Amino acid sequence: MSTAIRAVELTRRFGDFTAVNRVSFEVEEGEVFGYLGANGAGKSTTIRMLCGLLAPSSGEATVAGHDVGAHPASVKSSIGYMSQKFSLYLDLPVGENLEFFGGAYGLSGRELRARIGEVLDRLELRGLERSPTGALPGGLRQRVALAGAILHRPRVVFLDEPTAGVDPVARRHFWRLIREMSGEGTTVFVTTHYLDEAEYCRRIGLMADGRLVALDTPAALKRAWVPEQVLVAHGRGLLGAAAALAGRPGVVAVEPFGAGLHLRVAPGRWEPAAVEAVLREAGAAEVAVETGEATLEDVFLAASGAAPAPEEGP
Amino acid sequence: MGAVAEPAPVLEARGLRKRFGEVEALRGLSFGAREGELYGLVGPDGAGKTTAIRALAGLLVLDGGEARVLGADPRRGGAALRESLGLMPQQYSLYRDLSVAENLRFFSRLYCLPRAVAAERTARLLHLTRLERFADRRADQLSGGMYKKLALACALLHQPRVLMLDEPTNGVDPVSRRELWALLHEFVQGGMTVLISTPYMDEAERCARVGLVHGGRLLLEGTPRALLQGFEDEAFEVVGGARDAVDAALSRLPEVRAASPAGARLRIDVVRGGRDRVEAAVAPLGAALVPAQPGFEDLFLSRIGRESA
Repeated sequence: MSTAIRAVELTRRFGDFTAVNRVSFEVEEGEVFGYLGANGAGKSTTIRMLCGLLAPSSGEATVAGHDVGAHPASVKSSIGYMSQKFSLYLDLPVGENLEFFGGAYGLSGRELRARIGEVLDRLELRGLERSPTGALPGGLRQRVALAGAILHRPRVVFLDEPTAGVDPVARRHFWRLIREMSGEGTTVFVTTHYLDEAEYCRRIGLMADGRLVALDTPAALKRAWVPEQVLVAHGRGLLGAAAALAGRPGVVAVEPFGAGLHLRVAPGRWEPAAVEAVLREAGAAEVAVETGEATLEDVFLAASGAAPAPEEGP
Repeated sequence: MGAVAEPAPVLEARGLRKRFGEVEALRGLSFGAREGELYGLVGPDGAGKTTAIRALAGLLVLDGGEARVLGADPRRGGAALRESLGLMPQQYSLYRDLSVAENLRFFSRLYCLPRAVAAERTARLLHLTRLERFADRRADQLSGGMYKKLALACALLHQPRVLMLDEPTNGVDPVSRRELWALLHEFVQGGMTVLISTPYMDEAERCARVGLVHGGRLLLEGTPRALLQGFEDEAFEVVGGARDAVDAALSRLPEVRAASPAGARLRIDVVRGGRDRVEAAVAPLGAALVPAQPGFEDLFLSRIGRESA
């Protein structure tokens, strides 16, 4: 399988601040790749470089075979970009929005009309050509934005927080379409703050302080970054009793979660029954402790340095 | 009067109705947050969350139904009620050209706090929100997460008993979000009642009780655990097989209520009792079902599916 995006020691400095620091990764053709990080971690700067909008200070990147530093214009014409904040013209009908985007990418006449028809069918938007874009619900509008981004058949599509706030029905529909596109060979590069959305990606890269600190499948990241056992406690009066656990040897984290607690403990050090006993003694009632699963959020916090790092980093 | 009565909810929506032109934002929405509770109003954009919060804050004339805060009508409760209520709207107005400390001073004056009280609370809130180091930074130089924390600090200066936050985590990175939830839990520990709205289904589990809203109505209400235990379908991951063939087979099965990709796998919700049929359909394609933990998104989809069925 060939490589759609390749970054080698990609670096961008602004004055003495290094926003992106020697980042290297490869995204395969047809892959859905998630790019995560806190605000200011260097995500947007990376994307701006990959889209040919910002020249790297050092290092290099190729997108769809084009060097972003040497040939930014070729990069721009072979990618699609869609953002949640991406502005469609809300007072224009869907069809006119697509004509506008197609025109901006150099499509015209019969070719443009044919391509708009294909994309409307592809994204299941047929029949909405004349609807004012502003009157559509968020989920449909998002699909119109996606349609505008893929009219010129880009080989690589960048999605910037694509489904924030969209209702789950529309969101699952959106991701089904993305999966189909990836099945047809389009490479999809997604950024999101929402880690359940990141679960849709085949692999995830995690940025912190300008560096790529982790890169793997969601399942492998959880294994590597959350070596602790996750326990979930339910019951009454748990929030008050939590202090009795915090700081004990082998207890890595105690976090309120709803009326319950999420705990991370060193494997083998704490059995659920032992945790139950401590919480009861501290005044909680009807306590039940079960084993739980690590989430990508646990990974995110560990890898961005906001939570204790694993003893042996991956 | 009865001697023993269930305490009235601190925040209560009873059959709220509101229409904006052709849009029916609230269609009989009811829910209630009890004293000292962290209550989550969870639903997608357009569910009516913001309109409901505005009605509870007394900022909206309803077409029907009643909003109650501490038992009173928020539009008639007067100064006493206003003082017990803190609100962090989605678009809050801080002075962007003032520093963090200056914004807090401005709001302290707005609430007519005595100087010593204002100083004490400002110091405590700066500490709580970990903004101490940034007291002299201009608001427009703050990151998104810090800006929200400053807005939160300003909404808390008058020490309200009840705090409402409209989508405070929208667009905020995971580190800042977890910090915000930790803060809210601290407030609740201190006896405050907190209502938070969020479009993110996975945040429902962080609340003590949840109202799941859709289309201006309440779909479900309860503790996250009870709601998830009441999930009527079953969630699975589909492992193995060629994905196009598996997709096609699944799309023909009425037992499959919802399907979505999860990494290289496919996640499905199956009507209870339908597992055998689904397994039989995908087994010849080399795929198998592995039970998965249902989440609030599964719950939401299942409920919507039932309503429209």
